[in-house]
Amino acid sequence: MAIRVEDLTFIYNEGTALEQRALDGVSFEIPDGQFVGLIGHTGSGKSTLIQHLNGLVKPTGGKIYYNGEDIYSEGYSLRQLRSKVGLVFQYPEHQLFEVDVISDVCYGPRNLGLPEDEVRQRAEDALRLVGMKEKYWEQSPFELSGGQKRRVAIAGVLAMNPEVLILDEPTAGLDPKGRDEILDQVEKLHNARGMTIILVSHSMEDMARYAERLLVMNHGKKAFDGTPREIFRHYKELEQMGLAAPQVTYVVHALRERGVDIDEDITTVEEARDALLEVLQRA
Amino acid sequence: MIREITIGQYYPVDSVLHRMDPRTKLFGTMVYIVSLFLADNVWGYAVAALLLAVVIRLSRVPVSFMVRGLKAILFLLLISVSFNLFLTDGEEIFRVGFLRVTWEGVRMAAFMAVRLIFLVMGSSVMTLTTTPNQLTDGLEKSLGFLKKVRVPVHEMAMIMSIALRFIPILVEETDKIMKAQMARGADFESGGLIQKAKSMVPLLVPLFISAFRRATDLAMAMEARCYHGGEGRTKMKPLRYARRDYTAYAVYAVYLGVIVLTKFV
Repeated sequence: MAIRVEDLTFIYNEGTALEQRALDGVSFEIPDGQFVGLIGHTGSGKSTLIQHLNGLVKPTGGKIYYNGEDIYSEGYSLRQLRSKVGLVFQYPEHQLFEVDVISDVCYGPRNLGLPEDEVRQRAEDALRLVGMKEKYWEQSPFELSGGQKRRVAIAGVLAMNPEVLILDEPTAGLDPKGRDEILDQVEKLHNARGMTIILVSHSMEDMARYAERLLVMNHGKKAFDGTPREIFRHYKELEQMGLAAPQVTYVVHALRERGVDIDEDITTVEEARDALLEVLQRA
Repeated sequence: MIREITIGQYYPVDSVLHRMDPRTKLFGTMVYIVSLFLADNVWGYAVAALLLAVVIRLSRVPVSFMVRGLKAILFLLLISVSFNLFLTDGEEIFRVGFLRVTWEGVRMAAFMAVRLIFLVMGSSVMTLTTTPNQLTDGLEKSLGFLKKVRVPVHEMAMIMSIALRFIPILVEETDKIMKAQMARGADFESGGLIQKAKSMVPLLVPLFISAFRRATDLAMAMEARCYHGGEGRTKMKPLRYARRDYTAYAVYAVYLGVIVLTKFV
C-alpha cells in the first residue's frame, strides 16, 4: 500500500466563470513496485493528477495517502515526500539551469541537505544509471542534444533516490532510438530496484509493452483500471475517448473477423508473431 | 499560487459591453477619468457612482472581480487618505499630538478615496470586458493619426500585443518550472533575502532561456507568414462602429454635461 488516492477532486479557478473541473472523484491504490501506465486524451486530468501525488497541488476535495499517511495533514513534510516520490515533468530538459551537467544533477540531493560527498556520489550514480558517459559530466547541459538533455533531467530526479518515479510523457519529441533507450532504462529501474513507476504516455504500444496496469482518465474521471489486456478489449470505448488500442490489436481483430483462430487479447507485436506462428503450424 | 496574477484579466462572458468597440470603451474610460477630476462635490460623485453601477451591471462581471483590483492600490489609498486627513488646513475637529484633523481634511480625504476607487474600478471594467488584443487594436486605430508624423503606431501596437500575449505564457512557464524545481526539493519561501535571491536562480535561468527560445520561434513564424510591418496590412476583423457605440458616445456627452452642471449646484 504505497499510494492511496481517495475521492480526489480538483477545480481550477473555483467560483468564477473560468471554473474548470480537472479531477472529479478519482480513487485508486498503487501497491509498491507496480508499473502503472496512465493514459487519457489531452486535458483529461492526467498531469493534474500526478502533480497531486507529490503534493505540488492542493486538492479541492479528497485525500491522498502515502504509506498510510495523509500527505496534506498538518505537519506532514512535503519536502520529504518529494524526495520519495520523484516527478519528471513533460519536457524536463527545460528545467536545466546549472553550468555543467554534474552540478545540475547535484541540485536535488543538495536540497535534501545531504553531505557533499554523498551528493556527488548520488549524482554520479544517477548519471550512470541513465547512461550518460563521464566525458559529458563537465559539459554545459545546454550543449547537449535533446535526448541527452532529457536524460540529464531525469537523472536530476533519480539522484533524489525516489521510491516512486512518475514520468509525464518522457518520450515526447524524441526519435525512436532515444525513446526506446529511455523507456528501457525506466524498465530496468523497475526490475532491478523494484521502483514503483507511473508512466504517462500517448503511445499505446509502449503501454502494452511496459505497463502491468493501466489507469484510463476521461474528463477528470477514472474511466478504466486494469491490465493492458483487459483495457484494450474496450478499444471501441477508448476510441470514443480519443484514445485507441495498439495497432496490432486491430490487426488481430481483423484476422479474427476473417476466421483466423487467434487470441483476441494480443497487445504486442511479439505476442502476435508467436500466436500467428502457432496458428500456421496447426494448419 | 501564481495563477492569481491578473494583468489583462479578461472575464469571458457575453454582454453589451463585451461586444462594444474597444475604441468606444477606451474613450469612455478617458471621459470617466476626466469626469472624476471635474467633479468637486457630493452630487458629482453621486452621478459618477450611478454610472459606474449601471455599467458594472451591464458588463455582467461579478462585482467581486472589480473589488479585487482595489487590493493593488490599498497601500496608495491609505497613504493619500492619511495625508489629506492630517495635513489639510481648516476648522479643527480634534488633535492627537502634532496631528490635526480638520473638517476640510475629512472632506478631501473622502473625495480622494472615492476618486481613486472609482478610477480603478472604472478602468477595471474596460480591461475585464476587452481582450488585450482588442485593446491594442483599438489603440492602434485611435492613434492612427500619429502615423502622419512618423510615429510607428503599428509597430508599437504589435509589440504591445505580443508582450501582452506572452504574459500568460510566461506565467504558466514560471509555474511549471517552479513545480519542477520543487519536485527536486527546491524551497522558494524560507530563508533570508540573500537565500531567497539565490533560490531564484534555478527558476530564472530556465525562464530566460525559454523566453528567448519562444521569441526566436515567434519571429521565425511571423517571417514565414510574410509579416513585414503594418504597410498594406489588412485586418480579419476590422473595427467598425455599431449603433450601440453611437449610443455610448451620446451617453458620454450627456454624462459629461451632467457632471459639469453639478459643479454649479
